Amino acid sequence: MSMQSASTRVALATALLLAIGAGSSGAADKYKVPRTSWGDPVIQGFYNNNTDVPFERARELGDKAFYTEQEYAASKQPRPQPPPQRAGGSGGVPNAADVHYDTGEFGLDPDQSEMVKSLATSIITQPANGRLPPLTREAQQRSDAARAAGQARQYDSAQDRPLAERCVLWPHEGPPLRPVGYNSHVQITQSPGYVVFETEMIHDARIIPITDQRPDFGGLTRWQGNSWGHWQGDTLVIETTGINEASTPRGSNVGMGPDAKVVEKITRTGPKTILYEFSVTDPGLWDVSWGGQFPMELTEGPMFEYACHEGNYGIANTLRGAREEEKTKARQGQ
Amino acid sequence: MFKRNLFCTLALLAAMDAALAQSAAPRMKSGKPDLNGIWQVVNEANWNLEAHNASQGAVETLGAIGAVAPGPGVVDGGKIPYLPAALAQRQQNFAERRTEDPEAKCFMPGVPRATYLPYPFQIVQSDSDLMFVYQFAGAVRSIAMKNQGEAPVDSWMGWSNGHWDGNTLVVEVTGLNANWLDRSGNYATEARKVTERYTLADKDHILYEATIEDPGVFSRPWTIRMPLYRRVEANARLMDFRCVPFAEEMMYGELRKPGTAGAKQGE
Repeated sequence: MSMQSASTRVALATALLLAIGAGSSGAADKYKVPRTSWGDPVIQGFYNNNTDVPFERARELGDKAFYTEQEYAASKQPRPQPPPQRAGGSGGVPNAADVHYDTGEFGLDPDQSEMVKSLATSIITQPANGRLPPLTREAQQRSDAARAAGQARQYDSAQDRPLAERCVLWPHEGPPLRPVGYNSHVQITQSPGYVVFETEMIHDARIIPITDQRPDFGGLTRWQGNSWGHWQGDTLVIETTGINEASTPRGSNVGMGPDAKVVEKITRTGPKTILYEFSVTDPGLWDVSWGGQFPMELTEGPMFEYACHEGNYGIANTLRGAREEEKTKARQGQ
Repeated sequence: MFKRNLFCTLALLAAMDAALAQSAAPRMKSGKPDLNGIWQVVNEANWNLEAHNASQGAVETLGAIGAVAPGPGVVDGGKIPYLPAALAQRQQNFAERRTEDPEAKCFMPGVPRATYLPYPFQIVQSDSDLMFVYQFAGAVRSIAMKNQGEAPVDSWMGWSNGHWDGNTLVVEVTGLNANWLDRSGNYATEARKVTERYTLADKDHILYEATIEDPGVFSRPWTIRMPLYRRVEANARLMDFRCVPFAEEMMYGELRKPGTAGAKQGE
């Protein structure tokens, strides 16, 4: 993706902050959103949502939702870092794992990509402390049991590896969508009756019908749920239910249940900005709903193809390593 | 064979002309043909682009379910003009098709195969942009109607430059990874250029043509033609076909921990 000038970014960031502070409806009042030839607000384009705003707020910040400019600048000051942890090996001897996870070398460090500045202290804004609500006691027990069972067989087969590692679904794709750290681009395309969200990683396109009432999805689930949308003024409201239970939300090792619902709101707040808001409800996992928001900034395309599965040597190598380790232990009589 | 295919094509065009009189092709407000919709082929091209009889499938234990469905072929002139060495590669592909066909591995199908896989795809057309979303493997590609240029990098779905030639959408595709063209081992390399033509004949039919150039594999450019049919069911939509879970046991099963059962996950 091409880069935009620093001055442009500062101006955009200012506009975004005003938009976030005012909320989506207030922002729309200040900016006349262009229309498609069929009358819908234009939101399509290539967007960047790379951010340094953490998903959950630091506990010590309490209910403080925004930094001041001075506080933000201070938060960006380099802090004393602990000695680097080697990913593999022992005795401080580097090995291949260290190379693989040297994200800076391959341009995968978020700081190496264009950043959409925000003074927000967390992406989560609901509850007010900016943190995921705890799972219900019953859900926590199920989650703990699922984690223990998963860890026991984590190297048994490809199907026992995490969904993202298998290139089935990455958790940032949502819904709700959230910034991922690198390859943080989204392409939105509109046609009469549809809006399509394609996340660069891992090239998944959510096709969202735009309609006055919820379509009949036949009682089926999908990996990213069944979504439909409608316009409320300049805001596109998307409701999603029927999310595959194998797709686990952040903070849980079990999936959402049949009563789960994700609501997303997308509002164009300026010539090159949109605000993405979301809320998540699942009485089977949480006693309260939670949600948040983040800005996305228009950028230039194209968005490159992220072919995950086709080049996935990691799965085979991980399993191959596990089998070799078992053979070694067997030879050693362990 | 050529005459027969030509006759079939002319007959198809004539039928589409007749249908056009009853069902005008929709247009965008810009005046361009409106290709929006969910489309799918009804043919056997994915088994073999060339004319072929029914035959035993690659997995005998599937019985008739896995048998190759017969098809009259979609290639102008009947035969794909392979160079001799390339034809030998095609025969080797055929022998290894059970495990080496990229479709079996859930790899993105490339162009033109994405069009005639037995799964629907959706064209999303706005005032200025076109996106093709395929059900198989979640493959997707954007058509560059502006900001055109050379493919920045090779990819599975390639780089598509589009323009309108009258009422026909012409898409020139380059930067494609080498890939198979069907389940019989027909293939093309990363050097290929595919020129597609989408002509909306009436509101429910597109005449699709694709010309494939790959000088290291074929002695001349060659063309396939087929109609695309609109999925007109009231509940028509692209469904989930994330096929990675269905390919994993074939691809990685030999690395499974001995004694563990095949996991069942995904849908």
